[in-house]
Amino acid sequence: MKGMNHADAAEAFIADEPRTDWHDDTLWFVREKRDKAAHGIPEWEQLREWASLIKNNVLSNMSKYLVEFEAKAIANGIKVHWAKDAADHNNIILSIIQENNVKKIVKSKSMLTEECHMNEFLIAKGVEVVDTDLGERIVQFRNEAPSHIVLPAIHLKKQDVSETFHKHLGTEKGNNDPQYLTQAARIHLRDKFIASDLAITGVNFAVAETCGFVVCTNEGNADMGAHAAKIHIACMGFEKIIPKAEHLAVFLRLLARSATGQPITTYSSHFSKPKADQQLHIVIVDNGRSRQLGREDFRNSLKCIRCAACFNTCPVYRRSGGHSYHTAVAGPIGSILNPNLDMKANADLPFASTLCGSCSNVCPVKINIHEQLWKWRQVITAEGLAPKSKQIAMWGMSELLARPSIYRFAGKAGRWVMRVFPFLTNNKLNLWYKQREMPEPPKESFRDWYQKNKK
Amino acid sequence: MSAREAILEAIIANQPAGNSLPEIDVNAMIQYDDLVAQFKLVLEGIGGRLIQVADNDAVQDMINEISKDKETIVNALEPTEALVRQLETLSLSSLAMVDLAIIRGSYGVAETGAVWVDEKQMVIRILPFICEQLVFVLDRAGLVTNMGEAYQRINTFETGFGVFIAGPSKTADIEQSLVIGAHGPKQSVVILVG
Repeated sequence: MKGMNHADAAEAFIADEPRTDWHDDTLWFVREKRDKAAHGIPEWEQLREWASLIKNNVLSNMSKYLVEFEAKAIANGIKVHWAKDAADHNNIILSIIQENNVKKIVKSKSMLTEECHMNEFLIAKGVEVVDTDLGERIVQFRNEAPSHIVLPAIHLKKQDVSETFHKHLGTEKGNNDPQYLTQAARIHLRDKFIASDLAITGVNFAVAETCGFVVCTNEGNADMGAHAAKIHIACMGFEKIIPKAEHLAVFLRLLARSATGQPITTYSSHFSKPKADQQLHIVIVDNGRSRQLGREDFRNSLKCIRCAACFNTCPVYRRSGGHSYHTAVAGPIGSILNPNLDMKANADLPFASTLCGSCSNVCPVKINIHEQLWKWRQVITAEGLAPKSKQIAMWGMSELLARPSIYRFAGKAGRWVMRVFPFLTNNKLNLWYKQREMPEPPKESFRDWYQKNKK
Repeated sequence: MSAREAILEAIIANQPAGNSLPEIDVNAMIQYDDLVAQFKLVLEGIGGRLIQVADNDAVQDMINEISKDKETIVNALEPTEALVRQLETLSLSSLAMVDLAIIRGSYGVAETGAVWVDEKQMVIRILPFICEQLVFVLDRAGLVTNMGEAYQRINTFETGFGVFIAGPSKTADIEQSLVIGAHGPKQSVVILVG
């Protein structure tokens, strides 16, 4: 969906109606699992409050915690690297690969490396990069990007996966059984784990006080990679830092429940020192985060723990698919993070929302996502970057709303036109008519009714 | 200016003032009257299995029972130096043939069905992930009620590596269909002693 804006890409997505409905229902099912898990914890709202306050404290003490973490990491035998931007990050990884003469690497899920387009960069340099999360391996075979940060292949049906595996892994044609397909991937990826010299993982949480980081997976792929390889590189955006290990209790209790409705992920792995004869590297990445930290209205977006609850609940995400957001992190949270990375290229995203507020209601760290979407719209419009159709409509509305007498006339005229000439509004030029029936116009305005009926 | 200095400088310029840390009251977190029943309920709900035995003799009987049809077994209940050396010399391909690994866990969390195991207990880090079936032996006294209590009791970053494991490895990446046994063990059993 490169080069397309959200609205156009979404239009292509919804052309297949049964698939759109399936996508919508499936993500809503995940949302319902989240609700059930959350309702099972009486102190859920207290946990969200604690998580939010801890993350606020992190925003205020970011530099202190990072320096503290770094010092202890070095003392533990971990090599710490700092990357200003995506290019820095990719070059650091490449230099470790080259210094150690590595040819094959495995990777577990890291949205940061997606953000930095690391795979394309390394593959162009002749390095074999294998994604080991099942969903990520599926989309990698298909030359696609993940469409969801927790469920990377949620846009695909099992028939699609079956065809992809038949082509790349030689599985039986037409065998769509998820059990069979997963087993085929298990065998294929075990070979990759064993043959790989270097493993890259993401970081869910890094703890300043005791120095260590936590990686959460259900499949066990991060651990298979990290423990099998001679070199482990963990990549983290600097906002992943938290003050103390006891805070992990709050975040781990929220993360999996918010993401998939599980009480906890199968594996919550705590790394603090390299194993014997192993190199352990941590790359701490900025890539626009320090700029976002300085934006008062938007800095709270850095509190995100990447659970994707806001994706699953979003009526727009569920009906437009992750690829329509054309960025590594889609969904409502992506729409407030990405304009910071590139305001022009991502100017369409804050408009890909109904501002219903459901995202903010499910967010485990209480990010005011829908308010930030609304604020980004204002920033983007002020910068002259809003989509043209929105600019003209908004200009028209503001002219109209500033002049009460014209507003009253326009309302009357509109009601008359819709009654007498319905085809003038029920046509393709009216964007509101797409996918909708126009409502029956009322005979009189509220104002007229009120004038008549007031005592 | 190095990347480190540039990043820290930008952060210091932009981070907001204030925002003190909240007190986390573990007593305000969910409690269970019957820890064993809750642990069993959650563990079975995520595809694991709980076996309760009275004492260490019964543990051995149960291990014999589980081992019956297995070829390659690593029993790490006594992680001696000799066992460490032996496992360290094994290639990854050999380790991938391990049918059953038996490891002592130190804590079980009733809220999540997770077992905490540290580097010393697992002998080599990859063992609990690469085996086909994983059996934890856990003392009844190691059961705690919730994750808050777990973190109070465990120094999680002490040994270099430690992990909470909750049930068998799994994925739902194909059409949200749950499949047990993604990359790690296909079966996960906890033998609770006492």
